[in-house]
Amino acid sequence: MSIDLVLTYVAFFVLAAITIIGGLLVAFVRNIMHAALALMMAFMGVAGIYLLLEAEFIAAVQVLIYVGAIAVLILFAIMLTRGLMTRTLPPENNQWLAAGGLALLLFVALVYIAVTTHWPVGTQALAGTDLIPKIGTELVTTYVLPFEVASILLLTALIGAIVIARE
Amino acid sequence: MDILNNLFPNIYNALNDFFHGLLRGANLRPDAESFIVSLIMGLIVVVFLVAISPFLMLSLTWVERKVVARIQNRLGPNRVGPWGIFQIFADMIKMLTKEDIVPANADRWVHFLAPVVTMIPITLILAVIPWGRGMAPADLNIGVLYVIALSSLGTVGIFMAGWGSNNKFALIGGMRAVAQIISYEVPQVLAIVAIVLLAGSLSLVDIVKLQGGWAGFRWFLFAIPVGPIAFVVYMISAIAEVNRTPFDLPEGESEIVAGHHTEYSGMKWGLFYMAEYLNLFVVCAIAATLFLGGWQGPLLPPWIWFFVKTLLLILIAMWVRGTFPRIRMDQLMKFAWQVLVPVALVNIVLTGLALPIFKAIGLI
Amino acid sequence: MIPLPYFLLLGAAVFCIGLFAALARRNAVAILMGIELMLNAVNINLVAFWRYTKPGTPTWDLAGQIFALFVITLAAAEAAIGLALIIAIYRSRDTVNVEDVDIMKW
Repeated sequence: MSIDLVLTYVAFFVLAAITIIGGLLVAFVRNIMHAALALMMAFMGVAGIYLLLEAEFIAAVQVLIYVGAIAVLILFAIMLTRGLMTRTLPPENNQWLAAGGLALLLFVALVYIAVTTHWPVGTQALAGTDLIPKIGTELVTTYVLPFEVASILLLTALIGAIVIARE
Repeated sequence: MDILNNLFPNIYNALNDFFHGLLRGANLRPDAESFIVSLIMGLIVVVFLVAISPFLMLSLTWVERKVVARIQNRLGPNRVGPWGIFQIFADMIKMLTKEDIVPANADRWVHFLAPVVTMIPITLILAVIPWGRGMAPADLNIGVLYVIALSSLGTVGIFMAGWGSNNKFALIGGMRAVAQIISYEVPQVLAIVAIVLLAGSLSLVDIVKLQGGWAGFRWFLFAIPVGPIAFVVYMISAIAEVNRTPFDLPEGESEIVAGHHTEYSGMKWGLFYMAEYLNLFVVCAIAATLFLGGWQGPLLPPWIWFFVKTLLLILIAMWVRGTFPRIRMDQLMKFAWQVLVPVALVNIVLTGLALPIFKAIGLI
Repeated sequence: MIPLPYFLLLGAAVFCIGLFAALARRNAVAILMGIELMLNAVNINLVAFWRYTKPGTPTWDLAGQIFALFVITLAAAEAAIGLALIIAIYRSRDTVNVEDVDIMKW
């Protein structure tokens, strides 16, 4: 095994551990603020996974949108709805056993599918091609309709959020 | 002259060859040898960058105290050493030896991690700045996006500090800081988009290279009218983003003590202070790279040009601090959303229209 | 290169954790966090499939990355609306516990 490959494996397991531990903390931590910070950790781990998959653009967008915007928005919402975390209710509701069972069942099924399916994969290197201009061109040619729909969606969400959250 | 021009790349290459020569005797596999050498060289670059951060911060505090004192008709620090230049070391010793206080009801982990989380993104940005010709520690094809993404993480540390301190001033300061930084990030990014359109590249190294004509003066700042508009919008938002007067509401002493770092002392407070000045340096360095041609310039070595331009922008920021009063929160928000964002948006449209003209007359 | 199933397993694990959080947490904000985790898991799969489809062949394109971009856009819109709803509920009902928001139930 070449050193590069060993390093890739090490990086993958470290990043996967960050992501999964972050996710588990989100699901089980009592303090909602800590859960939000753990969510940020998981997002950063996922950004690292994208880098490992040589999708630098998606990785940067992940950091910018998920960590820099969505997670900060969640922190803001937690602060605005503060004062309820001190109640001594357990963080999980009464269906937690059923929910856990379902999640576990789904996980087992997905693992089975992922391991047994024969994936027709290619593992060629990307040969240092700069994909960023290509992404830009694709967005305004092949995918121009979804692109415009996405901008309308964002505008609607913007107006909707302002109207809903206004006093 | 040529020695000075390529001083740092030459040192780098010499060290690289030296370590290769050192390892050749060990008869390692070629990939192992190149791996170890690149690891060592990477470590050297990282240590160098991390080591200049406190130096930059300390010298900038001294410069700022002197400049603001001059503006206010005072002398500034003048007791420790000639012109008070050793004041920075006195301050450093004070910071390192002070007691580290954690409030009784603080969220200990969040309180502890906040200064670290504030420092990390800023230090990471230092890695993509083109400090001189061939002196970008990492030339990323998404350089500009990398800078924008990492600078948006600055809010997280401030939020953690405000919440983890369990102090109402810290909380208000943290909320103000986050609201302000998010609002001013929008015009800042929109201003950068205009430059990315002109350059046609997201790589900071490429953007600098494109500004090399006219004996090193074909800067994007001179791409009238879009360059100057983008520059002004960027600089105003940048000053707001680093929480400096007149946008220093998050830590306005007369209103909320010290904002998010009210409950910090000793070296943890020092880290916040360092982050603030490094942030100032980074936004000015990015402005110099995007608008003022980075290291391009005649006669002087490129890395000196880079520092001259960056320092000039920092001095402008200090001048602004010494001149303007603090504005109100509603004025702050209004200014971002009703003035800067529309101007930046119109500027992008203008850039799109002007691009063919610039290409036709050879400006770009 | 790392085999593709590694990434798929990571995606599956993150998705199931997110599913559990969305189904079992009481706090509405935490439910939203679970949904974000699930969207992230989907994105891991999209980008991994993009990377492992044969590059260089004529059928190879950037669909995986661009789909991931759209998912991120949707996630941003969803988070903004979701959090606005939670804040509106908090204002009128003084709670963020989803079990207390049941006046429509009979």
